[in-house]
Amino acid sequence: MALILKCMNFDINKIRADFPILSRKVNNLPLVYFDNGATTQKPQAVIDKIVEIYTKYNSNIHRGVHYLSNYTSEAYENSRKVVQSFINAKYSHEVVFTSGATGSINSIANSMCQNYIKPDDEIIISELEHHSNIVSWQVQFSGKGVNLKVLPVNDFGELMLEKLPELISEKTKLISITHVSNTLGTINPIKEIIAIAHQHNIPVLIDGAQAVQHTKVDVQDLDCDFYVFSGHKIYAPTGIGVLYGKEKWLDKLPPYQGGGDMITSVSFEKTIFNRLPFKFEAGTTNYVGAIALATAIEYVQNIGIENIETYEKQLLEYATQKLSSIPELIIYGKAKNKASMISFLIDTIHHYDTGMILDKLGIAVRTGSHCTEPLMKRLGIDGTVRASMAFYNTIEEIDILYNGLERVKKMFF
Amino acid sequence: MNEIQEQIIEEFSLLEDWIDKYNYLIELGKELPQIAEKYKTDEYLIRGCQSKVWLNVEEKDGRLHFTADSDAIITKGIISLLIKALTGRTPDEIINTELYFIDKIGLKENLSPTRSNGLVSMVKQMKLYAIAYREKLKS
Repeated sequence: MALILKCMNFDINKIRADFPILSRKVNNLPLVYFDNGATTQKPQAVIDKIVEIYTKYNSNIHRGVHYLSNYTSEAYENSRKVVQSFINAKYSHEVVFTSGATGSINSIANSMCQNYIKPDDEIIISELEHHSNIVSWQVQFSGKGVNLKVLPVNDFGELMLEKLPELISEKTKLISITHVSNTLGTINPIKEIIAIAHQHNIPVLIDGAQAVQHTKVDVQDLDCDFYVFSGHKIYAPTGIGVLYGKEKWLDKLPPYQGGGDMITSVSFEKTIFNRLPFKFEAGTTNYVGAIALATAIEYVQNIGIENIETYEKQLLEYATQKLSSIPELIIYGKAKNKASMISFLIDTIHHYDTGMILDKLGIAVRTGSHCTEPLMKRLGIDGTVRASMAFYNTIEEIDILYNGLERVKKMFF
Repeated sequence: MNEIQEQIIEEFSLLEDWIDKYNYLIELGKELPQIAEKYKTDEYLIRGCQSKVWLNVEEKDGRLHFTADSDAIITKGIISLLIKALTGRTPDEIINTELYFIDKIGLKENLSPTRSNGLVSMVKQMKLYAIAYREKLKS
């Protein structure tokens, strides 16, 4: 079966050697890391970059006249260009650095509720959303009478696109949808959704937290108005993320936070905000994170996102086939178009029990509701076991998972 | 009080590896007298992100008797041990008991607040019940 991996230019052993944590043991067994949907491991190049910045160049950006500050400022702005090129944004000032996808959504939610979304308005989300794309809006809408409309999913975990037109009304101010479901792996037809929304002059925000690490994202081709993602899910450190917004939208929206670096002039009477993107980057940003994010993206680009996608598709195919051969195993999320993750339960065995035993076997999976309680309700369950794969995972590791699940079965049946 | 904890530690010392320990927990979980169905409601629910725990207490002759249940079997197994250690005791005994056996039998990870399986909250709730009943029995 390993022969199916016919990806050219893809040396899995070399790739694994780039990620030091992958060679460690857990409970005296080799670590099998299948919790990439929660966070990904970091290649040595990213770890080295963080050490290099703190060892040789650390200095606050945009403020100093000295050598170090100029160096980090340039590296920071260069990172913005790396992100711009990675998602094919038209301008680098359309790339705003944030703390992560959640920070990005909260920022837009707050800004939009200042001067764009008014009481009685509506926004459309989907049943697949992570809590960050539900609660961020609820926090801003609290007491304002703004409503969330929800696009439902079918039994395969695919969005029921045919229901979208009936949810759209004159009150609809935004459609905010995930690119890839963090629980089921469903890849949503966002290009179609964006096209439908734009026919009604409705902007679209795409939550790409589970997408950019798996597939090519071209924000101009998609024509999305906003695209957000987290660095730590694409092999970069935690605490750094991206908010892409079309220039016209970022110009129109007021800033989320006030502080240093985001102003042109300040007096006690009136403050003039700085130009893009600085208007949205108040205070000292996570510049080390941003610089290391660029290193991570370059690492991904070096391997090739298309190669990653091809390889991960093969992993998914093999894992689906292998896990489906366990008769008691139910896979949740059977969308035709899926990213490399599988959510499942073994008969009535609780996800926590399965996860605990797998942990003892050195296998890291995620269990629970995956911050998608409304989706769990739709599926009629309260949680799943989720194995989410990255391009450094192997067919052999899937076999180890399979054997682990057989062990779980023996213990609980 | 500690006799029961010592007894549990001894039982577990006979189990050689984690598989035996967990198999034993699973057996205990299956045997745990389940909480009466009427108590399996939100009112008695202790929420953990991972697994749910229901807990009820009844007082008889100054002693507290706990029954509990969980949707996860390993959690149930540990509940069974916690109940064994604390049930049928006076409020004062419950308040003053330090549950050291979990650590000794190598199941500490299950009682870590980061696990959010409801067990830490359950122990806390048992102690809170004991405090409440101590006050109630005084009056």
